[in-house]
Amino acid sequence: MGIEQIIFIVLSAIAIAAALGVILSKNPVNSVLCMITCFVAIAGHYIMLNAQFLFVVHLIVYTGAIMVLFLFVLMMMNLNAEIEPQKRNWLKYAGAISGGALLLVLVAALREASLPAIQTSSASDIGLISNLGKTLFTSYVVPFELSSVLFLSAMVGAVVIGKK
Amino acid sequence: MTALHIVIDWTFVIEKLLLISAVLGISLLIAMYSTWGERKVAAWIQDRRGPNRAGPMGLLQPLADGGKLFFKEEIIPATANRFLFVLGPSMAMLTACLTSAVIPWGDMLTIAGKEVSLQIADVNIGVLWIMAVVGMGVYGIMIGGWASNNKFSLMAACRGASQVISYELPMGLALIALFMISGSLSLKDIVEQQRNGVWFVLLQPIGFLIFLICAFAECNRTPFDLPEAENELNGGYHLEYSSMKLGFYLFAEYINMFISSALMSTLYFGGYSFPYMDSLGLSPNTLTILGICALFIKTFIFIFIFMWVRWTIPRFRYDQLMKLGWKVLIPLALVNMLATGAVILFRQG
Repeated sequence: MGIEQIIFIVLSAIAIAAALGVILSKNPVNSVLCMITCFVAIAGHYIMLNAQFLFVVHLIVYTGAIMVLFLFVLMMMNLNAEIEPQKRNWLKYAGAISGGALLLVLVAALREASLPAIQTSSASDIGLISNLGKTLFTSYVVPFELSSVLFLSAMVGAVVIGKK
Repeated sequence: MTALHIVIDWTFVIEKLLLISAVLGISLLIAMYSTWGERKVAAWIQDRRGPNRAGPMGLLQPLADGGKLFFKEEIIPATANRFLFVLGPSMAMLTACLTSAVIPWGDMLTIAGKEVSLQIADVNIGVLWIMAVVGMGVYGIMIGGWASNNKFSLMAACRGASQVISYELPMGLALIALFMISGSLSLKDIVEQQRNGVWFVLLQPIGFLIFLICAFAECNRTPFDLPEAENELNGGYHLEYSSMKLGFYLFAEYINMFISSALMSTLYFGGYSFPYMDSLGLSPNTLTILGICALFIKTFIFIFIFMWVRWTIPRFRYDQLMKLGWKVLIPLALVNMLATGAVILFRQG
């Protein structure tokens, strides 16, 4: 096994274990911390694919900003297992059935899909920051600008709601 | 790389391991003696003597303090979440040390015919990595404050976390203006450009000022030490901590101070380069060593400024802190960014 494969397996194991921890842990704060671990492991996968910019943006945006907000809200609400309301039985069954149906769809879709082997050669430097910037501002400038307008409107919306 | 046998360049691994240990060791040593320096500077400013009992000029004081912290009784509150209670200070230390990986501590050093770079990782996302680590630094504060299961700790943790998040934004915006000039995110490139041109503080004075203010806030130093504010609020997010865990939180602050001083020297004051270094006609190795000294002198000057400000300026009120961050620094950083872009465009066209 090459060193890359070993790192891949370790990162994947961490990511899967942390993802299981998110849904299995009773305490919501532990769930969030597991999710952060999972995100960091996935960020490691980006490095393996030589997508440095994606790696660092993933860390800044998801683990650094969004999960901090999650943590803020959960800590302020101070949820714990004792005061959590018991869900009704039919809700549990509905959740299990719809989740199982989604799993079925995903498995069926993946069985039919022909996944090309991922190129992990470090020769592909599309993920490096200058190449990414050039691509974004030449080939994909319209979607890029449109999404920035979308972000701006979301920010303005948040401020308007916050002022009410 | 074939999939059958492990191919590892052992000289590379050993070289990097040595470099990482050296950088970590030096960071810890400097952080340790910063506590001594802090007291001496405070004493000098307040016309006192400062620590002078342990060793000559009190030089053994940090060791005495460390020993005291280790031997103090360790109390974990009964209602605290034990795992997270230990994780909090560990995260604070980890994130404090992580940033040093991308700072170029010197140029190439030739040892036995082999060129050794004095930078642990010359990645082309260097500065963004620092932003990412700064963002992760919030977790040490939040986890510690929440795991203590004390409402005052939690409130202080929220205070500290909102401060760090708020001041990340103008810091990032100030850095964007810097990248527009350098055209690279690699700290090594940024230093090399300053070596061949002028120090970026001359091109980005406002950006530097914003970065300096944000660095004070990110390190929780006076005038922004509201997360701690021991005089009026009886401690902050580390209220329930004792013994070495408290020591870790306080120590992480000094490491952060050292690293951000090194970072400011690197980004705005030429890093390991100094004026006329290429016209001295010295051998590359001598120049590299002189460069390391130059970087450390600049860093120590910044550490001194951190201390000087702490013992000169009183603390901000919390609403003043937020107003300064959101209503003054962010607009100023945006204007600085636009102006920089306009000047670059004007000079190109």
